[in-house]
Amino acid sequence: MSGEEFVPLSLTPLLIGMFAAVACALPGNFLVLRKQALIGDAISHVVLPGIVVAFLVTGTVSTWPMMIGAAVAAVVAVGLIEAIRRLGRIEPGAAMGVTFTSMFAGGVLLLEQSDTSTVHLDVEHALYGNLESLIWLDAVGWQSLWDPAALAGLPNELIRMGLTLIVVVCFVWLFWRPLKLSTFDEGFARTLGMRTGVLGLALVVIAAIAAVAAFDAVGSIIVIAMFICPPAGARLMTNRLEVQIVWSVIFALMSAILGYFIAGYGPQWLGAENAVSAAGMIATVSGLILALAALFGPCRKRTGAPAV
Amino acid sequence: MTVELVANQGLPPVADKVENAPLAVRGMTVSYGQKPVVFSVDMTVAEGSMTAIVGPNGAGKSTLLKAALGIVKPLSGQTMVFGQPLPGQRHRIAYVPQRASVDWDFPTRVIDVVLMGLYRELGLLKRVRQPHLDKAMACLERVGMTDFSDRQIGQLSGGQQQRVFLARALAQGADLYLLDEPFAGVDAATEKAIIAVLKGLREEGKTVVAVHHDLATVPEYFDRVFMINTSKIAEGTVAEVFTAENLNKTYGGRLATGQIDQLDLVTG
Amino acid sequence: MLWEAIFLQLGYNATLVTIGACFLGIAAGVTGTFLFLRKRSLVSDAISHATLPGVALAFIVMVSLGGDGRNLIGLLLGSALSAGFGLLCVSWLTRQTRLAEDAAIGSVLSVFFGFGIVLLTVIQSMSSGRQAGLEGFLLGSTAGMLWSDAVVIAVGGALTLAVVLVLRRPMGLVAFDPEFAAANGMNVTRIDLTIMALAMAVTVVGLKIVGLILIVAMLIIPPVSARFWTDRTDRVTLLAGITGGVSGYVGAALSAAAPSVPTGPIIVLVSFAIFAVSLFFAPTRGVLAAVLRHLKFQHRVHMRQGLLALAQGQPIYEKLTLRLLLHAGLARADGVPTETGRARAAKALRDEKRWEVVRTDQAFEGAAALYDGLREIETVLTEDQIGEVDRRIGGPQGVVA
Repeated sequence: MSGEEFVPLSLTPLLIGMFAAVACALPGNFLVLRKQALIGDAISHVVLPGIVVAFLVTGTVSTWPMMIGAAVAAVVAVGLIEAIRRLGRIEPGAAMGVTFTSMFAGGVLLLEQSDTSTVHLDVEHALYGNLESLIWLDAVGWQSLWDPAALAGLPNELIRMGLTLIVVVCFVWLFWRPLKLSTFDEGFARTLGMRTGVLGLALVVIAAIAAVAAFDAVGSIIVIAMFICPPAGARLMTNRLEVQIVWSVIFALMSAILGYFIAGYGPQWLGAENAVSAAGMIATVSGLILALAALFGPCRKRTGAPAV
Repeated sequence: MTVELVANQGLPPVADKVENAPLAVRGMTVSYGQKPVVFSVDMTVAEGSMTAIVGPNGAGKSTLLKAALGIVKPLSGQTMVFGQPLPGQRHRIAYVPQRASVDWDFPTRVIDVVLMGLYRELGLLKRVRQPHLDKAMACLERVGMTDFSDRQIGQLSGGQQQRVFLARALAQGADLYLLDEPFAGVDAATEKAIIAVLKGLREEGKTVVAVHHDLATVPEYFDRVFMINTSKIAEGTVAEVFTAENLNKTYGGRLATGQIDQLDLVTG
Repeated sequence: MLWEAIFLQLGYNATLVTIGACFLGIAAGVTGTFLFLRKRSLVSDAISHATLPGVALAFIVMVSLGGDGRNLIGLLLGSALSAGFGLLCVSWLTRQTRLAEDAAIGSVLSVFFGFGIVLLTVIQSMSSGRQAGLEGFLLGSTAGMLWSDAVVIAVGGALTLAVVLVLRRPMGLVAFDPEFAAANGMNVTRIDLTIMALAMAVTVVGLKIVGLILIVAMLIIPPVSARFWTDRTDRVTLLAGITGGVSGYVGAALSAAAPSVPTGPIIVLVSFAIFAVSLFFAPTRGVLAAVLRHLKFQHRVHMRQGLLALAQGQPIYEKLTLRLLLHAGLARADGVPTETGRARAAKALRDEKRWEVVRTDQAFEGAAALYDGLREIETVLTEDQIGEVDRRIGGPQGVVA
């Protein structure tokens, strides 16, 4: 594969996929350890209504209002889940189920009722995005990486996803100790004066930001898969959180790269003409990696007793 | 300085002592749902003492401790630590939660848990250096766990887990130690080791408060006792208040007379 | 149009689908109750997402065998197989690895769904321009449904409902108290599996109407709504069945009247409306009732604490306490009790003393267990008993000023 072909057509989607995978996997580690893995599921479902409402309010398909709308929807969903759980004394799983299905249904209905047929906004796109189409038209080969004119034509999604990844990495790096401490022993963290409720909400907001940015480029299905599969697989590889984070990043990158190439070139090897969905294939590969970790991972069995 | 001296001269010495108690809880009420589990409790912990909080199951012992520390939100009530409101005094408190309150399958090692006790020192970003490790290892040594520093915490026995929690509290270098059922489900050797450490703390002038289950060991381990069954029953030195009458009030009919007889009680 | 839909006058197909959706709603509500009571509601989310690869594979197989590929029974069979496999994966991951159930559910649902999407794109390219219409399985659609499909849904809904009704008693027992059920010789594992299988049946039958993303709502929302109204398992089951049936019926009928709107979201929003009403207005567990009760309770606690403090001459620390005492005319703004306040405080302190006696005496053990700091002693002892207690305390004690 030559640079003339690879750089314009594959480099940017590949990078976007990799950034999205890592940006979701990092907070996913904490969500999985906090037994909140399905918050990721809930967030990725409510992104759709957030975007639709933002569209209805602003009347345009511009990125920032939509990202804000999606982030607001995520926070509203988390608030609603907490409210239902506490006020109604309903177990968290059921509270989540009520919230995200209802919000998603509302989003779909709004979408169908409003005149969005002229704009590129539909449920299928929301689910599996269009990673393959995020190409770099201005590039002619590897040399374009040093060409300011060509760089100016990079897809916006790449820039946004890159920025998001930086934000997520900074958050995890800066709050590493409080996150680890409050995830392990919340009561002790509180006696240190730590605002564990605020920290937990911040984690969810960061996860929502990652989800929204990734959703824009790659659809929500990758988001759920990357929140859960790489961290879950990584948990089976090690007994140290630091090492687990590294494994989760490796697994996320492997899923993105392998998934992207298998989706793009796999069918050709099998004699078919058209590529298959890259987002779907990335999720599939992450599942296969998790399956391998579950079968052969060195730390796949439980050691301690669960908390009561 | 002068102003303080003048102001203090007007107060009786006893009141002064109470006002500066390591831990003073006033009017604490906590409820889960519509039933108060702790009702209007005042508690004053004497400096340099070892206090046992005793009472039947579900009498609000742990809840009182958690509410005093702000882990659960009370319906009403206040906590003063060394005469100051709690928020500014947290660095003087070390806390040992119930062993079962955390997931021991968490991916971390013994030494990492002890280092959590140095959180105030390390803050968000300061790197862990040799002095910190030395300090953590010294705390592990005090509880006899140096050989286990690299173990994953899930591989420890119940007693070993409890020792690690105690080592973390020691690393906090506090003046007031609050322990929630430190002897629950631990082996005899661990119980001995823990009580030795706690008595060592008292000799250093620190104050220790522990939720305790085993009435038989109260006089041996502790010098003061706080008896609670939703509301406070009695509070004072073991010699004064650890009496059959107070135990009856605390446990109602739940403690057979025979059991009380076997305790090493102050009579009369 | 709307009323015609509600009264089933939009043609055979719409009528059949509406009735099918109603049956399905009842079956989903009842089955969902058992999942909910077992705290496993979101397992159904894994089941439903795991149907997608099965649907797609069934389509591919049917086409490669020379068929049409859109045979509903074939597609549903495929979806049941892959949902079953997904369920196996969830339970294997939970039992055989250290992963918690939420991580197992999340990974299975995302991976199966992702693989399903891959297969959908395969179908798009292989069916050479012919629209497979499988996208309808994502959000549900009843528009342009074949007569045979409507029959499959109506019969499937009725069959699932029949099985649920027959097995509701053992399933209810296991969901409510598995240990008791096991002690009575019931095979808890097998009944758990039955519950899962029924959840799968609901999902599969509902795929075409509600779509796989939202079918979980039919299993989750009705039991949660019903739970607000009653504490009894059998009534939760009944109410969940009724709300599920109403949501299915109204939702399907509405969407028959407005064919451009996908059916799934309407059914979900109808049941969400029922949920919202329950959440706020249910008599004991509802938010409104709970907030009122909590405020009242908080006032009782503060009043009582305030009175005891007055009686013992202690300062009152809490502002709320002082405000309440002030409002009731029991204390002045500076914390000094009024005449009535003095009397009430003395009574409160005396009651506290009485309780002390009650809690010490083993003869009163039953009454003592009711102590929580707030309960009026008159509600647990007779007048004679109180008299007896007072004799032991001795004469009335004055209020410390």
